[in-house]
Amino acid sequence: MPDYSWPTAENRSLIGKRISRVDSPVKVSGQAKYSYDYHGSDMLFGKILRSPYAKAKIISIDTSAAEKMPGVKAVEIIQKPGATIHWEGDEVVGVAAVDEPTAEDAIRLITVKYQKLSHLVSDAEPPAGTGEAQGPLSMDDIDDLLDNQVPNQQIVSQIQQYGITSKADESTLKELKTDGATDAILDAIRNAAVHSEAAGREHANYQRAAVVTQGDPDKAFSEADAISESAYGTPVITHCCLESHGSTAEWPDKDHLFVHISTQNVSGIPAQMAQPLEVPAANIRIHQDHVGGGFGSKFAADRWDITAARLSQKAGGRPVRLMLERDSELKVAGARPSAYARVKVGAKKDGMLVAWQSQSWGTGGPGGGGMPPMPYIFAIPNQRKEHTAIRNNIGPARAWRAPTHPQAAVITMGALDDLAAKLNMDPLDLWRKNIEITGPRRDVYREELGIAAELMGWKDKWRPRGQNVSGNIARGLGLSIHTWGGRGHESHCDFSIHPDGSVDIKMGSQDIGTGTRTTIVIVAAETLGLPVEAINLYIGDTMYPPSGASGGSTTPGGVSSSTRRAAVDSREALFAKVAPALNAKPEELEAVSGTVRVKSDPNRSLSWKQACAKIGAVPITVRGNNPDKTKPPDLTNSGVGGVGMADVEVDTETGIVKVKKMVAVQDCGLIIDLKLAESSCYGAMIMGISYALFEEKVMDQASGRMLNPNMQFYRLAGLNDIPELVVHMMTGKGYDERGVIGLGEPPVISPGAAISNAVANAIGVRVSFLPLTPDRVLGALGQKAGA
Amino acid sequence: MQDDPKKPAEESPGVSRRDFLKISSISAVAVPLLGTKVVEAAGVPVKVYGPGKVPVELTVNGKKHSLQLEPRVTLLDALRDDLEITGAKRVCDRGECGACTVLMDNKTVYACSVLAIEAQGKAIATVEALMQGEKLHPVQQAFVDNDGSQCGFCTPGFVVASKALLDKHPNPTPDEIRRGLSGNFCRCGTYHGIQQAIAQMAQRGV
Repeated sequence: MPDYSWPTAENRSLIGKRISRVDSPVKVSGQAKYSYDYHGSDMLFGKILRSPYAKAKIISIDTSAAEKMPGVKAVEIIQKPGATIHWEGDEVVGVAAVDEPTAEDAIRLITVKYQKLSHLVSDAEPPAGTGEAQGPLSMDDIDDLLDNQVPNQQIVSQIQQYGITSKADESTLKELKTDGATDAILDAIRNAAVHSEAAGREHANYQRAAVVTQGDPDKAFSEADAISESAYGTPVITHCCLESHGSTAEWPDKDHLFVHISTQNVSGIPAQMAQPLEVPAANIRIHQDHVGGGFGSKFAADRWDITAARLSQKAGGRPVRLMLERDSELKVAGARPSAYARVKVGAKKDGMLVAWQSQSWGTGGPGGGGMPPMPYIFAIPNQRKEHTAIRNNIGPARAWRAPTHPQAAVITMGALDDLAAKLNMDPLDLWRKNIEITGPRRDVYREELGIAAELMGWKDKWRPRGQNVSGNIARGLGLSIHTWGGRGHESHCDFSIHPDGSVDIKMGSQDIGTGTRTTIVIVAAETLGLPVEAINLYIGDTMYPPSGASGGSTTPGGVSSSTRRAAVDSREALFAKVAPALNAKPEELEAVSGTVRVKSDPNRSLSWKQACAKIGAVPITVRGNNPDKTKPPDLTNSGVGGVGMADVEVDTETGIVKVKKMVAVQDCGLIIDLKLAESSCYGAMIMGISYALFEEKVMDQASGRMLNPNMQFYRLAGLNDIPELVVHMMTGKGYDERGVIGLGEPPVISPGAAISNAVANAIGVRVSFLPLTPDRVLGALGQKAGA
Repeated sequence: MQDDPKKPAEESPGVSRRDFLKISSISAVAVPLLGTKVVEAAGVPVKVYGPGKVPVELTVNGKKHSLQLEPRVTLLDALRDDLEITGAKRVCDRGECGACTVLMDNKTVYACSVLAIEAQGKAIATVEALMQGEKLHPVQQAFVDNDGSQCGFCTPGFVVASKALLDKHPNPTPDEIRRGLSGNFCRCGTYHGIQQAIAQMAQRGV
């Protein structure tokens, strides 16, 4: 059997080097075509009338004036009278017209009567004593849990503990599977007790989860030398992808649908569109060259995508482009659930953590939400945790880069940092003291903390809280650690070597800006001994073999593994054709530096082109798969650790926080492209600064509407907010041999916690909730002064 | 926008905000003239276009285009939807993010915040015009070398803004970089690469 394993360091000419992103030239020159840029012939423009209310019942809809308007080609009622609206901006009617102004005018001609219902858009701490206990779960409840990225184990235990409201048939289970339910969840549903009497009940806004207890927290607290108590949290934030969600749908004939969609999930979209449109998935083609950001919010065929397809159908198959406007993008197309907690944490004098207690709450919109994994990473022996999920009308949640982890980090690392202050300890020492309870990556954290401290100059710079003040400028340091899985997903590709020496790969994957294209061509080129330019890569189409959705840092491991296996197999097939000409056995050959040659006698060689001329008339084509147990070894792995540190300056007169320096130290197994890996970390730190200092989906309690659905008041970090950034990737022995692991999520987890801790270190008091805006900083300073 | 209210309005066929405020306070002295109306605003005649489609002539990347557009159509939408020049991106559509940055008579503008009728008679250059034949412009090459793009949706705007910055300040100070690029936002967080790209250009002394 051929050797599929990754080449060793001395045999790598491309893998692990700094190689420029292969699709950079088309991006910097404006030639890259995004789904938003696709312009079908005779294209119509779609618009959606959205609910102005956060909760309301639709009484009547009158579209007659819009339908009569010249230029309007199709009108589609999305939610009929009688339907209940659960968030502002929910879709009600879709229109397609010959141009955008006409479509906008048509929307204004539609009259919808609503019965306003009382809404809740707050995610403030639930009033004491409120909240219903968890009861049996309906299939919608389980869907909500999946949507809210509640950890699989929590979902399984809820199903086992509380049962379900109705028996699930196989088609429902299949739907849940499409929505992301694991086999363990499906098994739990199959075996669950059915409580049909609980079916159809209205959920209360506040839902209490059962208290989770481990060890003896009361005893441990009573024996602790220091106890710290405070509140921590992160608000609902949005994805704010620069390319908004949406698609252009057209029907080349009445049975076939062709969709250009902005997605992280090319191969997975047909199955999602097939059922609502009653078209076989095989008749649906998806195409996407480039996507302008997703960050976890673009896995689905959304209601507006289905609407675009229906409008096109009504308009005789003409292409209908329906891309969300910026305000809709921020209101309905993605939000990260909030998470807040009152935490009590105790330690021994030496900093050894002994007890954790948390009362947490948060919202993922109509679905409620789950508890982030707390305490994060540190397996504190004695724990008591209570969580209340808030079901409200803030809009639906979606996965947001490293779901639940940044929230868990802000809460946990904040609590530990406060405890260190109480013990008069350098937090770095407290982290190190407890490194044994950080799980399987403990040795990695140990090594990384040392490197990060060195790069930050922690030892020289760190002062106890509030003791690095000069005039109105307070300076401080903070740190956090994080973890993620990142095992490669299922991926398939077709790999061809042509008789003229050209090479192509076809894979139904997508490059969401993380460098997927670059990863694939580096692996292929390395395996064949060719330059990256020699590889033609086709991705982003359902005409190619399916590859998983780009989420959860699963893409690099998936696409590199399927590509590696296919490249090795096609190379072996080429060797078999070429061997006679070199008077050697196939296994004696190697492909290096654009030649095929005899390993033991490199002078017996053919150029790549000469070698490929031996292929014959039909190209070599093989299928590469991941996972593939028949072709060991496993080329991907799971489980990484990382450290983030921040150095901040706080103006105590204005409350403005300025990040001065950040350090990221990260492992991710075998790195394919060091330059792009570093880019991921730089970008993640910048995104971290953004959510730490600026981002919040602000809701108006009275009207139920989002107050900042634009990019002026939903502020992202800009170039001016970026400090000195230092990235160190862990490579070499202990890392490379683990195989390829994804990197999208991990480095975005720690920055918020590290910045929050640095601010506390600077000003001597905790600012409980992100974002650390001037009003909050001044508020905390005021409380400290008043205390 | 007109800085001099006395300047003849013909040179700026669009109605600026200032003109609009004036118009709203005057009695309409509408004189039909070749399909467009002329009203007098503060003693100055101002052309009024529309409603309905009107002929619009745009010079984009050195090429003249004759279009029929409603006066409310922005330069950005005319570029993207009518001319299918899609380098400039529509993101916020209200002058907040810079993804639609183009050059108008060599000055950066947000194409979403300029009406197509206002852009007549001006030289419009989009990111597509920066390529020198098959070769990337040095600014574009610097973005490639320093990985100044991830998803790439903000990149065309940043490239155009960076070129304009470097044309004006070949060796920009950190303050000039901040000012020159503060009107553009990126969600992936490519600012580090962009800063390196600008530094590379500055060293090159373009």
